[in-house]
Amino acid sequence: MTTFLTILVLVSITVAIWQMVKIFDLSRKPADDSEIATDQDNKVNGYMLLGFLIFIYLITIISFVLWGDLPLLSDAASEHGSDVDSLFILSLVIIFIVQTITQFLLHYFAFIYRGEKGKKALFFADNDKLEFIWTIIPVIVLAGLIISGLFTWTEIMTVDENDDPIVVELYAQQFNWKARYAGEDNVLGKANVRLIDLDKANILGVDESDLNAQDDIIVTELHLPVNRPILFKMRSQDVLHSAYMPHFRAQMNCVPGMITQFSFTPTITTEDYRMLPNIVEKVNNINKIRIKKSEKLASQGEEALDRYDFDFLLLCNKICGKSHYNMQMKIIVETEEEFNAWMAEQKTFAASLIQN
Amino acid sequence: MSAHVDTHDHDDHGHHKETFITKYIFSQDHKMIAKQYLITGTIMGVIGVLMSLMMRTQIAWPGEPNVLFKALLGKWAPGGVMDADIYLALVTIHGTIMVFFVLTAGLSGTFSNLLIPLQIGARDMASGFLNMVSYWLFFISSLVMVISLFVASGPAAAGWTIYPPLSALPLAQSGSGMGMTLWLVSMAIFIASSLLGSLNYIVTVINLRTKGMSMTRLPLTIWAFFVTAIIGVVSFPVLLSAALLLIMDRSFGTSFFLSDIFIQGEVLHYQGGSPVLFEHLFWFLGHPEVYIVLLPALGITSEVIATNSRKPIFGYRAMVLSILAIAFLSTIVWGHHMFISGMNPFLGSVFTFTTLLIAIPSAVKAFNYITTLWKGNLQFNPAMLFSIGLVSTFITGGLTGIILGDSALDINVHDTYFVVAHFHLVMGISALYGMFAGIYHWYPKLFGRMLNKNLGYVHFWVTAISAYGVFFPMHFIGMAGLPRRYYTNSNFPLFDDLSNVNVLITIFALVGGVFQIVFLYNFVHSMFYGKRAPKNPWRSNTMEWTTEVEHIHGNWEGDIPHVYRWPYDYSKPGYEEDYVPQNIPLKEGEEELHH
Repeated sequence: MTTFLTILVLVSITVAIWQMVKIFDLSRKPADDSEIATDQDNKVNGYMLLGFLIFIYLITIISFVLWGDLPLLSDAASEHGSDVDSLFILSLVIIFIVQTITQFLLHYFAFIYRGEKGKKALFFADNDKLEFIWTIIPVIVLAGLIISGLFTWTEIMTVDENDDPIVVELYAQQFNWKARYAGEDNVLGKANVRLIDLDKANILGVDESDLNAQDDIIVTELHLPVNRPILFKMRSQDVLHSAYMPHFRAQMNCVPGMITQFSFTPTITTEDYRMLPNIVEKVNNINKIRIKKSEKLASQGEEALDRYDFDFLLLCNKICGKSHYNMQMKIIVETEEEFNAWMAEQKTFAASLIQN
Repeated sequence: MSAHVDTHDHDDHGHHKETFITKYIFSQDHKMIAKQYLITGTIMGVIGVLMSLMMRTQIAWPGEPNVLFKALLGKWAPGGVMDADIYLALVTIHGTIMVFFVLTAGLSGTFSNLLIPLQIGARDMASGFLNMVSYWLFFISSLVMVISLFVASGPAAAGWTIYPPLSALPLAQSGSGMGMTLWLVSMAIFIASSLLGSLNYIVTVINLRTKGMSMTRLPLTIWAFFVTAIIGVVSFPVLLSAALLLIMDRSFGTSFFLSDIFIQGEVLHYQGGSPVLFEHLFWFLGHPEVYIVLLPALGITSEVIATNSRKPIFGYRAMVLSILAIAFLSTIVWGHHMFISGMNPFLGSVFTFTTLLIAIPSAVKAFNYITTLWKGNLQFNPAMLFSIGLVSTFITGGLTGIILGDSALDINVHDTYFVVAHFHLVMGISALYGMFAGIYHWYPKLFGRMLNKNLGYVHFWVTAISAYGVFFPMHFIGMAGLPRRYYTNSNFPLFDDLSNVNVLITIFALVGGVFQIVFLYNFVHSMFYGKRAPKNPWRSNTMEWTTEVEHIHGNWEGDIPHVYRWPYDYSKPGYEEDYVPQNIPLKEGEEELHH
């Protein structure tokens, strides 16, 4: 019955539309110029375009004033970070200048040359000199950016084994991170997900027979000593993940079936970083927001939010499934002594295995 | 060959009475096929935009129940609260629909089909039959994609880039079950459709130009469509191969992209494959795809800006060369999506170099548009406003490309909202503006009626303001390190101070999204109520305006007009009118200026 009714309704709608189309066809309006821009339209839209230029400038200024404390452009916590930041700022300055000028020309020309009846445009089809100028200027600017970019990139990606970096494995799985330190010998034991044995708590698939593996240390919170180069080896057990450590200007994908790497040297401890004026201000601001939110939650009878204290973070930054949005690990940068003390408390791989 | 097709092809058809089915459904007429592409693309666009509005609502007010979610998402929004799985599905399908179904098929399909035969002076496409098949394959692929939204395990949810293993393993994500199968099937059909269309465009442009229409007299629209089709033919097959290999990995146990996987307590048998290989194959299409989307929009803009400035496009030759340069470079820059994928860092250097090179032809194009406006007599029809809007967003969005293309800087903003802001402005919004410009400009040619200009102005201004309102601040939350594709940021107190920015962005998005109704209303209403179009409403030079307003099969009664000049003789000294159509012979002693 419902099917029949639906069909009936659909048919009547179709007929109605068909009838309406016929009526419109009969009542066609004759062709005229009324939908083509008039001088009045040109004037109004010309002024609107000028207004739009101001809007673009305003939104630029507002964005920089309100949100321009750009955490990724200052207070880098790694050695290469400040190089990245200065290159970033240089690029932003160039972008800002080009943007301001070209948007001005575009909108200003649109405004000033808005159409009027009887006016005739200039027949100006080509000019090799002009073309040459605006080909060569980008070439020079970009050449500069490319060269400095390539130097920075090579420096970041080259691992100098002479620096004696601490080797740490970052291990990703849906939806958490683990870290494996290479231990006393600073050599990671061999590992493959095929060796995972959950009954024995061998969760990372570390080769139990490998001598280098015995002193490895597996943890769920990343501790790093300040001013020591760290060489991260990334592994994933299931899907792609990306180890993103924004404060250290570091990111590398974790790819199942292969080991990727990234290295950096942290330059400031978590304690000291928390004291930086920018960070103090940011944290205060965040806590104000959280208090406000908590009040709202409390009025709904829900639990209030915790007070926030700054910590470095490792985030997953490659879509990895349902809980991608909550795949994180705390990073603590501390002095060498603190780091060693913490390390001494951890169980080695060999000791953590459950023997049956 | 062309001479034969030229002549009286339409006479053969003229005597047949066309039925409803051959005229409106299985039509082989390029103008009808263009309309079919446009309407299908628009419907897909509505779905895609609705999805983005739902995502923005979730990001601004995470976890809050919403009637919109309840009504549209059903079981995926229990109690009106959006589920995390469906959020990723929205991310995925929004991207897929907008990039492929709206801005590839909807844009290229509509305007290549409409304009290639009309502007080069041909009776129809080289193969009307293949053209029809191309549309219907597109229709089927759209249908499969829409159907995939309703499968029990949910639609594909691995991002539009569908990187394996996430997309390969139903164990990793429920969307990687039936939803992903349908996604892959839909895309395989889509690629077949796109290839048939592209081959047709290429052959038509090469063979069927009317007498006098040399390559250097082609309108820039045709140059753009022609080169776009070539890029498509070069790169889409690679995506097809990636999709097929992924289907094999998923269904037949091969290991092209998979290796050493332990998931949900079991070791899978895959060994020796690499997800990085998939990334290479994907982006070998994926990056040229940006230009497949963008070049037609730029082509349309060139035409619209010249016509409405009443001035020749500045630097025709430079424009053609920059299209060719962009096309060539677009095939050797894909690695900039993979700086941190684990590929050799040296490759990163190479791709940084090629990527930043592509900024040069892009800059040339932007400057040429601006110079075309200089000392013009600008007619601000809605199409013109959208074209100027395109140049504006193309510059704003393009400039941040020099940060993302620089491997050292990309490390830090890769996969953050900075990227989202960048590509939405430079390809999403720009191409969408190009599509709108095309619709406003050629609506009279498509439907024989005019769009209401005042509704067009409202549509443009609200869209323009909200587009900047959405994507400009978005750069800043990206520079604060906020990753994209997060269902909610509430697990990171670090990002709490960005929540008000996100609310602001969402408000702009909702306003901009809702105001597209003005366009839809204008679009549908004008088909029936619109003022009847004059033959050449914009006083344009190109050949499509020499045809009658009423569509006829074969385009021109009698012989096809010959072409005697390039298409940009606007305000040429020595002529009373400020335009000289291409079919007007040169006066005695008149020089054809541009070359």
